Amino acid sequence: MLARDEDILRAAEEWRAKGRRVALATVVETWGSAPRPVGSNLVIDDEGNFLGSVSGGCVEGAVVTEALDVIESGKPKTLEFGVADETAWKVGLSCGGTMRVYVEKVE
Amino acid sequence: MKLEILKTLNAERAARRAAVVVTDVATGKQRLVKAAEVARDPLKEEIEKHIRRGKSGMVEMPAGKAFLTVHVPPPQLVITGAVHISQALAPIARLLGYDVTIVDPRTAFASIERFPDVKVIAEWPDIALPPLGIDRYTAFVALTHDPKIDDPALTHALARDCFYIGALGSKKTHARRIERLKAQGLSDGTLARIHAPIGLAIGAVSPSEIAVAIMGEITAELRQSPEKSS
Repeated sequence: MLARDEDILRAAEEWRAKGRRVALATVVETWGSAPRPVGSNLVIDDEGNFLGSVSGGCVEGAVVTEALDVIESGKPKTLEFGVADETAWKVGLSCGGTMRVYVEKVE
Repeated sequence: MKLEILKTLNAERAARRAAVVVTDVATGKQRLVKAAEVARDPLKEEIEKHIRRGKSGMVEMPAGKAFLTVHVPPPQLVITGAVHISQALAPIARLLGYDVTIVDPRTAFASIERFPDVKVIAEWPDIALPPLGIDRYTAFVALTHDPKIDDPALTHALARDCFYIGALGSKKTHARRIERLKAQGLSDGTLARIHAPIGLAIGAVSPSEIAVAIMGEITAELRQSPEKSS
């Protein structure tokens, strides 16, 4: 099944139109078994509300935290999660895969 | 992402047109490539490949890595004929992610009970088809065996950019169909777009097997590059 994050991008536009500050996270690379396919989206606002998913729930917390930074700085970031990464154990990709997530502000 | 890009992207998606966002992940530089603009794009080949497969992914550029976020409309399958083959074809297509619509003016055939989870329209094609927005992400299949229903539906599909058009019937039946449609002014080139006899040649016998053959052929048309598919 192809990812169809229709409502997520629509939500990003609507949230922005309501004056909320918004970041968009996208899975850009995966290795091994990854819970969500490349191209999956998560939209985050400046209060930490989010919609969509970039994993099965394992790393969303960390992505949201980083997204708040990106909303402040305006600078995009690429995050990496995987078993080889010490900090990743905390947020944990239990499936054993590795993934990169690109986080950008909707300006 | 600039709000302008997001807005344009959402508008393209709402209009059932493919679009790709190209992001330089190192610099954050970003642009939107609409389906109509792909042919002029420096990343033309990569973008075409990704659109055909409906998959996002990283590509190497001379200047570094770029991420292609690919947005393609969900494919739809439009069938004339609420027949036995359709009863197998509709659930298989649903499983593959297609929105399915069945058109059959014969109300005895087109009952909702026979087709759960699928849109069934008990109208003639001239009324049923125009609102469906048949486009290049549409596969059209004519299965009634009745020229009064299949012919106008095929004419409608052939006037549009569907990625697949197929019609049930033997070589003989199809030859007669071609004659009728030619008489209506359709050209050989246009008529050559019809896959008939329908489906991959896998020796299908039962209605379900014919449905598999049809869905296999539709998938090949959707995913393979033009030079690979016949």
